Amino acid sequence: MQPNTLHDNLFTDNYRSAYTIRIESFEGPLDLLLYLIKKNEVDIYNIPIASVTRQYLEYLDVMKELNLDIAGEFLVMASTLIQIKSRMLLPLVAQEDDADAEEEDPRAELVRRLLEYQRYKDAADSLAGCEMLGRELFARKFVSPEIAGLKPDDALPEVELFDLIQAFRSLLATVPEDTFHEVGAEGLTIADRINEILDLLQGKESVVFERLFTAPLTREYIIVTFLAILELCKLKMVKLLQASTFGAIWIVPMLLESDASEEEAVARSAP
Amino acid sequence: MRQRRKPLPGQHLKSILESLLFISDVPLTIDRLCVILEEYERRDIQQAVDLLREEFAGEGRGIYLAEVAGGYQFRSRPENADFIRRMVRGKAFKFSRSALETLAMIAYRQPITRTEVEYLRGVDSGGVLKTLLEKKMIRILGKKDIPGKPLIYGTTREFLEVFNLPDLASLPTLKDIHELADQYADIEQTELPLEVSSDGNDAEQ
Repeated sequence: MQPNTLHDNLFTDNYRSAYTIRIESFEGPLDLLLYLIKKNEVDIYNIPIASVTRQYLEYLDVMKELNLDIAGEFLVMASTLIQIKSRMLLPLVAQEDDADAEEEDPRAELVRRLLEYQRYKDAADSLAGCEMLGRELFARKFVSPEIAGLKPDDALPEVELFDLIQAFRSLLATVPEDTFHEVGAEGLTIADRINEILDLLQGKESVVFERLFTAPLTREYIIVTFLAILELCKLKMVKLLQASTFGAIWIVPMLLESDASEEEAVARSAP
Repeated sequence: MRQRRKPLPGQHLKSILESLLFISDVPLTIDRLCVILEEYERRDIQQAVDLLREEFAGEGRGIYLAEVAGGYQFRSRPENADFIRRMVRGKAFKFSRSALETLAMIAYRQPITRTEVEYLRGVDSGGVLKTLLEKKMIRILGKKDIPGKPLIYGTTREFLEVFNLPDLASLPTLKDIHELADQYADIEQTELPLEVSSDGNDAEQ
């Protein structure tokens, strides 16, 4: 009999140190508490609050050591546990003036929450066990990618401004700095570059950042192109995506998407 | 007044329904079918749909007529999923544990506010709610008439479609609280017989 079957896939086995447990896999303080209760094999209606609190705080220490950000909720739960612990130390008679609710076991509220939470955890499991559209089942309109948000462009994280500036700087570094200032007519405007970039993106799913810098590279050209990209982002006409940290930056036109859905809407409304 | 066209024989109705259901990209409800097939009786339509379901439930078929989200839709058989995925080249998608938890709470407790979800889960749930809204699994039903007028959430038709549920009443029944508590009590009890058995015949201790 394996008491921790629910957590088997989530936690390392007993032979390893308790501290190698993957803390980030806890959904929250309730999840962590349920785990501790299961691990200690105690009756949920009679939680040994002192030892559970101690273990709970030990976990928070490990999280601190691992430099994980401890979400505020974990700290709130820690103080709740300590409060329950202290209330259990006090004799009940001390609260004679208070309402009947105070007569209750100080742990009762927590137990209710834990069981209620367990209830939805189980419900989540049974939902996951459903035959799912896009997983086991497929229908005429293949909805899963948009529902799962697995569109290729969504799968990639959006580019941080820092990465963009980095890409821009490395491009600039390839151009020798002008040693003298040239006063001349402005040959290239941002509006021109916007149009050129849009032409380039026309009919394509994505274009790699460097492809936008094709003409002989000058500082002016790079800067204008960069500003054009920023402008396009601002207008929500393109999206910048990056496959991995320091990876290539891709420019994805946003127009295609809305065009497609418009077409779809038109097609649907047509008799 | 326009005279109603004369209804065609039953066999024909079934064939019409098959065509409609084949073409439709959303589950078709009986109501919708009645509007489309105005010359037929509701009773006959329901009967023909049932016949069609039976027919496609038979062995050797690649699709079946699923009762989902209040309507009917042809869906591929689950046992062929691997082959379909080869064709569509999509990864089998997965909801994260936090998304499923939140979705379960909303499904069973709707209408529900963000504060209620967060109390149940014990963690901030703004991000998960946003994702679920984006994936059209939940929607905003309105505002609760309490101070602050918080938004209330509920599940969508797409949720039923994705989880292959005819309606909300078909959600798996929630476990009873006592039953859950027993889960934990069981753990303790499994330990007991082991200790007793080492004592030999004195089972009372």
